[in-house]
Amino acid sequence: MTSFLKFLRYEKMFMPSKKRIISASQAILEATDQFMKKDGNLVIIGEGINDPKGIFGTTSNLSKKYSKNRVIESPISENGITGIAIGLAINNFKVLLIHQRVEFALLSVEQIFNNAAKSFYVTNGIHKVPLVIRMVIGRGWGQGPAHSQSLETVFSYIPGLKVLIPSSAYDAKGMLISALQDPNPVLIIEHRWFHYVTGNVPKKIYQSDITKPKIISKGKDITVVTSSYNVYEIIFCSEILKKFNINLEIIDLRVLRPLNTKPIIQSVKKTRKLIVFETGNKIYGIGAEIVASILEKYHNVFDSPPSRIGLPDSPTPSTRGLAKVYYPNSIDIMKVIIKKLNLNVEVKKKIINLLKSKLPSHEIDVPNPKFKGPF
Amino acid sequence: MNFLNKNLAESLFRLRMVENEISKRYSYQEMRCPVHLSIGQEAVAVGVCNNLEIEDQVYSTHRCHSHYLAKGGNLQSMISEIYGKKSGCCGGRGGSMHLMDISVGMMLSLPIVASVIPIAVGAAMSKKINKSKTVVVVFFGDAAVEEGVFHESANFASLHNLPILFVCENNRYSCFTDLSERQPSEDLTRLAKSHNIESIKMNGNDVIKVYNQSQKIIKKIKNSSKPFFLQLDTYRYVEHCGPDNDDHLNYRNKNEVKKWLNDDPIENFLKYLKKRKQYDKKKIEVIKNKIAIQIKKSFEFAKNDKFPEVSSLRKNVYAQ
Repeated sequence: MTSFLKFLRYEKMFMPSKKRIISASQAILEATDQFMKKDGNLVIIGEGINDPKGIFGTTSNLSKKYSKNRVIESPISENGITGIAIGLAINNFKVLLIHQRVEFALLSVEQIFNNAAKSFYVTNGIHKVPLVIRMVIGRGWGQGPAHSQSLETVFSYIPGLKVLIPSSAYDAKGMLISALQDPNPVLIIEHRWFHYVTGNVPKKIYQSDITKPKIISKGKDITVVTSSYNVYEIIFCSEILKKFNINLEIIDLRVLRPLNTKPIIQSVKKTRKLIVFETGNKIYGIGAEIVASILEKYHNVFDSPPSRIGLPDSPTPSTRGLAKVYYPNSIDIMKVIIKKLNLNVEVKKKIINLLKSKLPSHEIDVPNPKFKGPF
Repeated sequence: MNFLNKNLAESLFRLRMVENEISKRYSYQEMRCPVHLSIGQEAVAVGVCNNLEIEDQVYSTHRCHSHYLAKGGNLQSMISEIYGKKSGCCGGRGGSMHLMDISVGMMLSLPIVASVIPIAVGAAMSKKINKSKTVVVVFFGDAAVEEGVFHESANFASLHNLPILFVCENNRYSCFTDLSERQPSEDLTRLAKSHNIESIKMNGNDVIKVYNQSQKIIKKIKNSSKPFFLQLDTYRYVEHCGPDNDDHLNYRNKNEVKKWLNDDPIENFLKYLKKRKQYDKKKIEVIKNKIAIQIKKSFEFAKNDKFPEVSSLRKNVYAQ
């Protein structure tokens, strides 16, 4: 475990100086609290924000600090409160709207797609909609077909929305602050398991860049584009591959819309190999968009066909008996990676065996304990 | 004619004459977007909006021409918008169903049924937080109360005591489908009552009654900061969407049509003036002539106005 953590140097990418290690959920709470204090026009609204559990602890005690008009526990009316948030937003307020699951937000898609996304465009620049919507995606504990989908690409389809998908505790805070500063509707997609990830988070208010992906690990052999919780699956594989002198270039996608493929293209020009590993469905997914947009312009850039890893084309089953084949695991991912490399069978076997030896014996429906950080 | 009656007359005639002109010119195929005309329903918008200050906000639907004009929206920007031209109130991006003029508090119109209602409630929430003594009025049709989001919005407005007037403009028909096929009772105030919202149902074709009643209601909302639901029964003279009468399709009972045509908002108002010895034929003619000149100018302007530059297609997708 110690040696494993030793070679995870993810946090170095962000803030190498004074370290304060907290979880992503604590970072989100801190960002919200600091912004509420700073900007009297910020209103937060959501179902369960005043619950004892406070949405993974991300809204705990805010109702004790701020007025009832600014921390609004909502009736179970997703479409209604989304419209209400838009009404506040076009009247000079900022609104942070929170959904405990992305599926709840489906009831508000009319408001998000037709009004939040389009108002600025349709009114030719008159009505700004500074609205941030946090949505929780992802797997765990048999949540099943209507409680654990990863629908981020559905929202990424709509012009006028910004869609962010943080993976680190640092970005959890910085991206939320940036989103709250942004004059557009911004959706933040949070994987359930991402909330427990820990890392260095400065105390002060700071912004993360929300315009492009970020290279979090340099490498010459394969470009791997991934996001959210999956970043840790790739780091895990990458550290094992380093022992065999194989270096992945890992790109944390971070911003699904507006999509900026420049850093990916630059990386692929170097490695000539691409894998996209996404949290959502493979079919019609973000991988399809990335691969297609690169191929359109640079069809000669690849020395092997690009690969996509995503969820299979079926609804999400509840039982862990099926979840184990539904979610790509570290071995599945490693197999896709090593298939791209000219390695002899013995080396491939060694890699898989080393990976297996490092795998903790945990059930498929709870997070890999090694992915908790600090990163 | 006293000041109020002159205002009401100007408003009523402006709405009727603008809509008639759109209807007349629609077949030239220069206004290339769907139009939902308000002919026959003018007293609703005029009666309510004449009680509003500029700071009071109005939110509307696909059938928004009347609310836009009654709230004082710029006529030239409206016609240009319907022509899809650059000087339109949305630069041609919205068309007839998205009229707005924030300089007079005409905030937003949205075409999806009931979609604008929660946004108006959010606006009322902003008034409450700011402790502003202004009111938000949201207009919607009878079918909007059939949408879940109406109930979500009404509940929230009631729960938080928000200064909002819900005006249900009941013209009986959701496209071709009569209210009796969609609701167990024509009294839609029962839905407001279930959300603890005070309400009144009345004829929406008598502009004086609508004006007086909504004056009381708006005062009350401003003083108490509580929502109110006003059902105004009215009737549209032309098709749901488009410039013509479509009664040859026989979806409306002939006697019903006749009854409502005899209850015309403008005729009702003129009768009222005559009864009160306020009718002044000359003054009415002056008003109508003035409006006719404005209308002519606005259509000429719109026809000669430019389309937005093609290079502006992706402008304002995002705010900077």
